[in-house]
Parts: sequence; C-alpha cells; structure tokens
Amino acid sequence: MTPELGYAATVAALLLALYGSGAAALSAAGRRGDLRRSAERAAIGVSVLVVGCMLMLVYAFLTFDFSVRYVASNTNLGTPFYYRITALWGALEGSIILWTFMLSIYTLIVIARYRRTQPQLYPWVLAVMLGLSAFFLLVMTIPAPPFERLSPIPADGRGLNPLLEDSGMITHPVALYLGFTGFTVPFAFAMAALIIGRTGDEWITITRRWTIVAWYFLSLGLLIGGWWSYHVLGWGGYWAWDPVENAAFMPWLTGTAFLHSVMIQERRRMLKLWNLALIILTFSLTLFGTFLTRSGIIGSVHAFSQGSVGQFFLGFLALVVLGAFSLLAWRLDRLHAQGELDSIVSRESAFLLNNLFLVAAAFTVFFGTVFPLLSEAIKGTKVSVGAPFFNLVNIPIFLALIFLMGVGPAIAWRRASAENLRRNFLKPVVIGIAAALVCRLLGIANALVLLCLALVVFVAAIIVLDFARAARARRRTGDGWLDATWGLALRQNRRYGGFVIHLGILVLALGVAGSQAWSTQTEATLNRGESMELAGYTIRYDGLQGVEESNHAKVIGTFTVSDKKGPYTVLTPAKKFYPQEQTPIAAVDYRLGFVEDLYLVLGEFARDGSHATIKVQVNRMVSWLWIGGFVLTLGAALAIVPEPRRRPAVPRAGRTVVA
Amino acid sequence: MSGARRILRWAIPLAVVPVLVLLAYGFRTDPREIPSPLVGKPASPFKLTAFDGKPLALEALRGQVVIVNFWASWCYPACYEEAPSLERAWKTYKDRGLVMVGVNYQDKDEPAKRFLAQFGHTFPNAPDPGSRVSVDYGVYGVPETYFIDKKGRVRFKRVGPVSDEMLKEQIERLLAEAA
Repeated sequence: MTPELGYAATVAALLLALYGSGAAALSAAGRRGDLRRSAERAAIGVSVLVVGCMLMLVYAFLTFDFSVRYVASNTNLGTPFYYRITALWGALEGSIILWTFMLSIYTLIVIARYRRTQPQLYPWVLAVMLGLSAFFLLVMTIPAPPFERLSPIPADGRGLNPLLEDSGMITHPVALYLGFTGFTVPFAFAMAALIIGRTGDEWITITRRWTIVAWYFLSLGLLIGGWWSYHVLGWGGYWAWDPVENAAFMPWLTGTAFLHSVMIQERRRMLKLWNLALIILTFSLTLFGTFLTRSGIIGSVHAFSQGSVGQFFLGFLALVVLGAFSLLAWRLDRLHAQGELDSIVSRESAFLLNNLFLVAAAFTVFFGTVFPLLSEAIKGTKVSVGAPFFNLVNIPIFLALIFLMGVGPAIAWRRASAENLRRNFLKPVVIGIAAALVCRLLGIANALVLLCLALVVFVAAIIVLDFARAARARRRTGDGWLDATWGLALRQNRRYGGFVIHLGILVLALGVAGSQAWSTQTEATLNRGESMELAGYTIRYDGLQGVEESNHAKVIGTFTVSDKKGPYTVLTPAKKFYPQEQTPIAAVDYRLGFVEDLYLVLGEFARDGSHATIKVQVNRMVSWLWIGGFVLTLGAALAIVPEPRRRPAVPRAGRTVVA
Repeated sequence: MSGARRILRWAIPLAVVPVLVLLAYGFRTDPREIPSPLVGKPASPFKLTAFDGKPLALEALRGQVVIVNFWASWCYPACYEEAPSLERAWKTYKDRGLVMVGVNYQDKDEPAKRFLAQFGHTFPNAPDPGSRVSVDYGVYGVPETYFIDKKGRVRFKRVGPVSDEMLKEQIERLLAEAA
C-alpha cells in the first residue's frame, strides 16, 4: 500500500509544483495577490508531500519492504539500522528525493523571508524555484520512480553498496546536495532580476548569505567525500580527478569565482553581466554534475545506474542554460558597467584575475572530464586523460590563486599607491621568502613544495598583519583587548570571516602539498611473527581471525606496530566479504596524526593465516586537510553572522543595511 | 543597438549549443565498450572440462564463429539479464556454424549448476579452475563476452550484459565472412 501512496504523493506534488510555478508567474505578471498566496500554499503542499514521500520510503526501508525495487536493491535483512535510513540516498532514485526535499525546504525559507520584503522579485523567485522542483518531481514520476514495485517479491534484498556503509556516506551526500541546491536560490533571484529588469546589485545583496552557505556546504561535501575516499577506498588518497569528483568540483570553482566577483559589483558597479553569467554557469554545472554521474555517458570508478534519467537531465540542462542565457542576452542593454577599471594594480584587478583563474580551472576540469567524449566524436577512439593532465594544468593555477588570495584583500581599490603596496606587502613578502629559505635549510628540496610554502606563509602573514593592525587601531581608540579583537571580527564579520576561510584554504593547501610530496608506501608479504619496517615504524604480523557480521564475513589481520620509542599501537586491517559483491572490500585501519598517518591495507592472505600481504603507507600531513575543513567551517560561520546593528554614533556611509 | 552587441546577444546562448550537442552525442556511445588489446589478435587457446564432463577446447572449433561468455552465478543482475539472450542466439544460429561457450568465473559448482538449470542453457559451459582462461582473456569483471571469428581472432569484446540485437549484429557479421 505504501508504494502506491508514495507514487500518488509524487504525482500530486508534481501537479502542485507545476500549478504553483504558473500561478506565481501569473501573479507577478498581473500583480494578483490572490494567485501569489495560492502559489505559496501550493509550495507548502509540495513540501508536505515530498516529506511524506521521504518518510514513506524510510518506512519501506525500515520494514524491509522488498516489494519496492529501490528497497530490494539497496538493502537486505542484514543491513544495520542506521544504514537502512541512509540507504535512502544510496542510489539514484532516493538521492533525487533528497534533492527535491532540500529544494522544497529552501523554497519555504524563501517564502518566509522574502514574501513581504521583496514584493517585486519574490513572485518570480517562487515561480523559478517551483519550476525547478517540478523537474525533479517529474524525474521521480517517470524515469526514476523510487516506489516502483518488484515482482516477484524477493525473499531478501541485494543490499547496500558496501562502500556506502560508512559514516562519511551518511553526511557526504547531504552536505553536497545542500551545496548544490543552495545555489538554486541565488540563481532564482538572478532570473527574477533579469525578468523584471532590475539588474542592479539588489539580487546580489539579498543572496549574499545564501551564496556563502551554498559554497560552504559544497566545500564540506567535497571534503567529506575526500575523507570517505581516504579511509574507505584503501588507496591512500583523497582525490583522484574522477569524473564524479570533477562534477562536484566544477560548480565549486565557478561558485568561488562568483562569491568574489559579486564584491566588485557591490563596490564598483562593475561586472554585472559577468556575475549573472557566473551564477547561471554555477547552477548549470550543479545540474551537469548530476547529469554526468547519472547518465552513464562517461565511465567512472563510481558505478552508477544507466537509464533514461540522463536524457531527462540533458533536456532540462539545455532548457535551463538556453533559457537563462537567452534571458541574459535579452537584458544585455541594462547590463552596462557603471564603474570601470582604473588601474592594473588594484583590488578590482586582483579579483578579476582570481575570477579568470578559477574559471580557467573549471574549464580545464570540464575539458578533461568530457575529453573521452570529445576524442571519440572527433577521432573515433575513446581516450581518457588522467590525473597527470589535471595536475599539470591545475597546480600552476592554484598556486597563482593562493598568491592572489594574499594580494586581493590587502591591495587598495581603484589604484594602489606605492605607499599602499609598501605598507601592506613588504613585510609579508620578506616573511614568505624567509620561511621558504628556512625550510630549504631544514632540508626540504622539492621546489614546488617550497613555492607553495612561501606563498602560504606570505598570505598568512598578510592576514595576520592586517588583523593586528586593525586591532591596534581599535586599541588606540580606547577599546579593550577583547573588543579590539573578537569585537572587531564580529563587527566586520564579512571581511574576517573571509580571512578565516582563507586561512582554512591555506591549511588545506599545505596538506595537499605535503601529502603529495612526502607520503611513502611499501608492500610486503609477511609470515606469522615476521616484521617489516617503513619510515621508522616496525610492523609485525600476528595472525588472522575470521568474524561473521550481520551482512558480511570479515577476515581481520592483526599487526603490532612499534616506533622508535617503543610499542605504538595494534592495527587490524580487514577484508570484508559481502555475498552481493564480486570482490572483497578492504577495511583500512589507520592511526591519524598531526604530522603523519600510519595506514594499513590487508592484501592477499593464506587461509590458515600462515602469511599475509600488507600494504603500509605513511601519509604525511593528510590530517591538515580535515583541520583546514574545520577552520573553513569557523570562517563560514563567522561570515554569515547577521551584521550587528551599528551604534548610531558611528554611522557608516555608503552601505545599505540588508536583512 | 550596434552590430557587435547584436552578435553578442545571439552568441551568448548559442555558445552552449556545441557543448549540449557533445553531451547528447554521449548517449550514442557506450563507456562499457572498453577497447581491448586482444581485439584483432588471435584468441588464446584453452582446454576445459564442461560441467557435463565433456572436453571443451577452442582449438577444435577453428573455422567456426565462437562466442566465449564469462559469467558467474553471483553476478546479479547483469548475468541474469543476458542469460536468456545467449540461449536464444545459440538456438537461432547453432545450425549456421555458431559455437557458444560459457566460462564460469570464480564460482562454486553448486550455484553455477543451479544457474544453468534455471535458464535451461543447452550450450556447453565449463568452470575455469584457477581462473586460467579468465586471466588469459584479461577478464575484468563478469559478464564479459568475446566474439571470435572463423580465423580464430578476437573481433569484438563486450563488457556488461549482451542484448539480442548486439548478438545478432555481431554474429551475422562474423558468419558472413569467409573462413
């Protein structure tokens, strides 16, 4: 019964969303408040129905309703309780529900916040968002129905993909989709602004905080994805330039560009056309990412279902891109820049370069990802470009971006004077170079790492000196220490939130550079009691042990590790045998450390446990990635704190107060 | 409005069309058709003993079109999807000089025999002890299907389940060739 109800709810939600979208558009065109209220009620209805669908599917999972195909293919009687809930987004159909759910929640927030404050833009925003919801509901109705029945009903299900039985996979899709869907709001506002012709910075100031939130969740999603890859897949890496990763990385790159370029529009009334193009691009890339991973047009280590979903997504992508860019072309006359670039040596110019590099990076990632298609279309052979291509092209771009990260916030607007340059950059440049020299003397020989280190220290010095200078100035005006630092950060939360995010990125950059340059690994076959050594660790193989879990069997190896100081730890990497999988799955065991992780993967072994092959990796500075992610979180939180009401005694000119 | 602006107005939306066309082209291609270095090379010979105890050797089949299908009983759903198509193709073409051979990949005898009984396979199927044949053919996962022409060369490789149309197309093509 539940599946039929679920399907009916999906269809009803689809009809409501279509109606609501039309009604909202009509209400905007005809200024009819009654239609607008009706559209709002439709949006609420859509949310209720979508939540209902989700709950019904969760219920089907919890009760092992294998008559539902989706449940049968993503769970079995042994699947642990929590994974039965998160199996909801373990595959295509459920992740579309999750997406629709988030979109409908965002729609409700938009209704609550902007119904009264943005009477002109708001109805169109509602129309766009409900239209987008309608598409996802259409996907749920026709090509990927989550409630499809299975006949005959199997006695047990196939089970969740074992690689997804991990805490990372509980949170990764949620964060990623919060990011993806988050960009819908700025996109919808941009479309609304184009439709009614109010192409000023209004839509940008309204959606500023939305953009940061979306960007933050996208970053978080990428990082959790990296963490999952690192501690589950057992290859010791966190990023492989796989099409699926690239699909999420491209909107991140253009989204980052957007986040920065809107500041120039707010300050200097430039780049109106560019900003609109960027948000259209970013939103389209989120759709493209889903299309890429769900259509099966490009091979990936991630196995995804094929089906007509791809055609639906491509059609919709075409509609969105062509529609949005046509709208942009139609309003071209209203998109003249009011300001202009005064000098190459200015903050505008640094931001422009930053945008150029980010978009170039997005383009190269796009190019590399679709290259197999391109080469097949032109030369008839399928050729993939791998990590070497992406690294070669992107490393210089990212180093340049780090450099600009230091220049941008510290250089003057319009035209930087020699005085400004000397005051803000002399010390950091010296500190950066000195740091690189010290590291060189300490024995770091890798030129790329040294360059990265110099840049990171340079940028960090700029940030720290800038904050110290501002805090000192506050002290001089009589503020206490706490008010001069913490109070300053809160008062200018946008600037300092950005700075903290930049620090997080610097930590990340060090993690990437260090782990690429200094990680080491080896593989050995050990007899029971025999030891091996790597990077100061001595690892002794003590034997095997078999364990039966609820949904798989496990062979665990025991390895006693000691370092120079004596006994260190016991690691138990394992191999998991799932009946539904063709090959066993490695369960990595590791000790994370600030400087290095010890990481063990169990390979082949003799059944009697007399010998086993073990892959040992010492991965250096990988933890810095996760620390960087934590710093990023702090920065994003600071950046979205509502700006405090300013004391009337110190009014600041030229700023509009925005909710 | 100046001419340049008018062009720009059109150029903006039109710029994305080639990308969309390329993506649409993607549907016509199949990422599973991975080029195999074996295609065009002589198929490596094998001698196996079928489940029914009869010997099964590729050498003896020279001059005929041979399909070698690697499968397993645990390979659900792909092997289950393609099994009826294989049997149909075998029944249709066996009198015109087609030989079909199933090689059971990393499986246990009991469930493998159940699989064969379930689909009523009448073409010879053999287990592959030690995965020797599978390694020779570079089998990456199951199902994989190799099409061998009358001269004994691998002409086509399919990763993933085969369909009726695909079997028909390849078999007709290879049968039409001279020995």
